[in-house]
Amino acid sequence: MNIRIIPRLDIKGPNLVKGIHLEGLRVLGKPEDFARYYYENGADELIYADVVASLYERSSLHDIITRTAKEIFIPLTVSGGIRTIDDIRDVLSAGADKVSLNTAALKNPEIIEKASRVFGSSTIVVTIEAIKQADGKYLAYSDNGREYTGVEVLGWAQKIEKFGAGEIVITSVDNEGTGKGYDIDLINMISNAVNIPVIAHGGAGKLDDIVDAVNKGDADAIAVASMLHYGFVEKNKTDKSGNDEGNVEFLKRGGKNSRIKTADLSEIKQHMIENNIFCRN
Amino acid sequence: MSKCPRKIAIIDYKSSNLFSVQNACDYGGLDATITSDKKCIKAADAAILPGVGAFADAMKKLKKLDLIEPIKAFIHSGKPFMGVCLGLQLLFTESEEFGLCKGLNMIQGQVRKFPLQSEDGKKIKVPQIGWNKITKTNDSDGSPLKNVVDGAFMYFVHSYYVEPADNTCILTKTNYEGIEYCSSVLYENIFATQFHPEKSAQNGVEIYQAWAETFVS
Repeated sequence: MNIRIIPRLDIKGPNLVKGIHLEGLRVLGKPEDFARYYYENGADELIYADVVASLYERSSLHDIITRTAKEIFIPLTVSGGIRTIDDIRDVLSAGADKVSLNTAALKNPEIIEKASRVFGSSTIVVTIEAIKQADGKYLAYSDNGREYTGVEVLGWAQKIEKFGAGEIVITSVDNEGTGKGYDIDLINMISNAVNIPVIAHGGAGKLDDIVDAVNKGDADAIAVASMLHYGFVEKNKTDKSGNDEGNVEFLKRGGKNSRIKTADLSEIKQHMIENNIFCRN
Repeated sequence: MSKCPRKIAIIDYKSSNLFSVQNACDYGGLDATITSDKKCIKAADAAILPGVGAFADAMKKLKKLDLIEPIKAFIHSGKPFMGVCLGLQLLFTESEEFGLCKGLNMIQGQVRKFPLQSEDGKKIKVPQIGWNKITKTNDSDGSPLKNVVDGAFMYFVHSYYVEPADNTCILTKTNYEGIEYCSSVLYENIFATQFHPEKSAQNGVEIYQAWAETFVS
């Protein structure tokens, strides 16, 4: 199998943002600029995550999706704030190829079944936002890792597969944005519990983290954010116009993050190939 | 009802997102319109049958929209016809999804499901989602794949694959976890791919243009 590298772009209003543990969001630039750059550099797919998912900002997300779909010919998955079948239809008609559900699926797992039937399994992705508990168990949280549900991730992953989702994104909220590597135990547990592809997300800080998620975690695809975004910010003068809303202090300070060893897509793929991982190159 | 397409009809049977196919056609400068209207389909110079999802559901929807006979008539007319993903599978005789389900039978052969385990007992992730290589089995000169290099990566999403009764229609093969299967066909006026050219970056989008060049003078 060829392992996919999927840049994940967290979006708030008109901006690409990045946080730690899914919170503390910094503005990094315009999502379309990052998306175009990643497309041209060999991204296998893209994920747009609406991290605030408030309805009044929906229209700007719509426009971003539509503009992206017209110029970028790789699959685009959209997540965040998608609650109903109509929401899914909306996002797909804006130009997304897949949607990813979390909170809505936890509240009402039947939506996975219904959505898979209406739009096809391969259109429906479910994200699990996992937090490790003091007793070592992993529980799924809703609302961007904020709300406790008490649902154990292993059984939940198997249910997601049974209900007909095409893929699972497994997010380690503990590791997300920290650069300390993927939670290998978590990824391995989920990937081996199901027959559908599993996308690892949360924690990449260096090239070897990606290799470990595949070779030790058995991930089928890898979502990467910080490593790519901070690299893009370093290399390009990101567009700061109109970005006054949100936390732009980071960009003004020069946009460097010491916990993350940045890389571009070609370096990531080269490193994978050197470690005997098949990928599109 | 929207206006009839002058050149290419993208057949909408309400099962999937057709915007990506439309976007790819627009990008290539093709005159394509999404339609479920059988009159519009009949009037078109060429047609595309896209699709994701389940075979049986798709056949039901085609039947409900009264599109089965118009599609067959279009293909019999000899006009260029392109199938993508489920749109390739639907052209075959039958699928083993949920028992046996009859297809359009425009190309003789079966639609089979990927096994969940390889011969050496390794787990196989199904659906196959992602990029894989296409290997040319026939001379592709004059086909819509003429500009695509042998071994090019294309984007796939599928749990089932086609097995034509007659191998000579196979244009490319692809290997997923040890299973070698037919990933595109060229049969009379039909060109169809298991992969999604519209999701396969620059190499892929250009296939729509190359297909159109085979019939637009």
